[in-house]
Amino acid sequence: MGEAIVITSGKGGVGKTTTSANLGTSLALLGKKVCLIDTDIGLRNLDVIMGLENRIIYDLVDVVEGRCKIHQALIKDKHFEDLLYLLPAPQNSDKSAVNEEQMRKLISDMKPDYDYILIDCPAGIEQGFRNAIAGADKAIIVTTAERPAVRDADRIIGLLEKEEQIEPPQLIINRIRGHLLHEDEEMDIDGVTDFLKIDLIGVIPDDDQVIVAANKKEPIAYNPDNRVSLAYRNIARRILGESVPLTPIGVEPKGFMSKLKKFFSVR
Amino acid sequence: MNKRIQQNVMIKGTKDGFMLHLDDSCSFSELLKELEAKLSANYQFQENDPSISVKVHTGNRYLDDEQVEKIKEVIHKKKKLFVDEMLSNVLTKDEAKRWKDENQVTTVTKVIRSGQVFEVPGDLLLIGDVNPDGTVRAGGNIYIMGQLKGIAHAGYKGNNEAIIAASVMKPAQLRIAGQVNLSPDQYTKWGHDLECAFMDEEENIIIEKLQVLKKYRPNLNRLEGGL
Repeated sequence: MGEAIVITSGKGGVGKTTTSANLGTSLALLGKKVCLIDTDIGLRNLDVIMGLENRIIYDLVDVVEGRCKIHQALIKDKHFEDLLYLLPAPQNSDKSAVNEEQMRKLISDMKPDYDYILIDCPAGIEQGFRNAIAGADKAIIVTTAERPAVRDADRIIGLLEKEEQIEPPQLIINRIRGHLLHEDEEMDIDGVTDFLKIDLIGVIPDDDQVIVAANKKEPIAYNPDNRVSLAYRNIARRILGESVPLTPIGVEPKGFMSKLKKFFSVR
Repeated sequence: MNKRIQQNVMIKGTKDGFMLHLDDSCSFSELLKELEAKLSANYQFQENDPSISVKVHTGNRYLDDEQVEKIKEVIHKKKKLFVDEMLSNVLTKDEAKRWKDENQVTTVTKVIRSGQVFEVPGDLLLIGDVNPDGTVRAGGNIYIMGQLKGIAHAGYKGNNEAIIAASVMKPAQLRIAGQVNLSPDQYTKWGHDLECAFMDEEENIIIEKLQVLKKYRPNLNRLEGGL
């Protein structure tokens, strides 16, 4: 029996879809059978990031309306033999095309066949959000270290705490920029966790390669040398229950001279 | 038959006016009749007499609002009398429950998050934070063992005596009864620990160190006997 994990944030643009794609990929790389469900009906993205957009035949609404079988709508990721699947959202409907009861049934039907079902949640707290959390057992909150994002995450946590079937949510802080942390310009990791008071499951550094990878239609998690990829793989291992220590985000000053300057300015 | 044996209405003089003791075993209509008779019999008031306040004690009789009004009406017919207070030994279960709710401390361990409103009828002891955009509201005092970063509204039913105390006081807004205190634009990084807010005589909300409470709200102490 698998586990359904919803990946949500409240605010848009903090990296829910990127996180869903990379966690799904990382879990599959660890040999788990994973299905990604895109619930962002009308504004789907997950298929693009996974590089699967040309292969969509049926979608989430077709499945819940009974126009096709679940397996017909699932798109297999060809990087793996039989481990990673995507259930795409339709682009031509809106969030009200699906209700919570249908989502709950769909996910409980799928759970026996997968180790993990990752549900990519749309931004906002309306119907789309309620659909996404309806069938979930666990929740991962994605936020950046900016006040607006943290505030929205706080709101979402409040809403999730009311859902009794969902375990207390865990937190991913995305796009941490080392140099801003260093200059004390950004809320730091402790600041965010102290504010939200939930468990931290991972910290993802900011890296241009993520955008490059998205444009190349291949999640960054396939690249074994990238630090973002490493961070996602570590989160995947934490999801599996391993205890992996948090790697500190690089706060190294740029060069020897600046290090020297810092050294003297502090004294 | 001497009617004087059983008096349903007794008038007693006290320092601050009359006290009317109404018997609780006779019927209400009988009581009203006798009250009227007694009040008109006794004394003719002069034009320039000062008004006299009357306290009414109804013993073990429960009066609903309508009956209270009727008694007041009878007394107010005497131009110089006004009812200062209605006293009774009894109250309804609802009133008792409300009284209990409004006087008890509700303890909660929770983070009040953005968009959440948490309300209690009496005092609130919150073990946790109030995050920005979160609201706590209490009929009485609010004590927060944590960071207050959202809105706290103490005494929201109009209790000016209510206070707000927090381990870390960095609120977006403080409200006490009908008054609102907006936060400064910037909090200093240090120096907002263990503070309290209360209302002074001019209805300004004052934010001060916790130790001043003993002076301004001595009746917050529920300790009997003292230290």
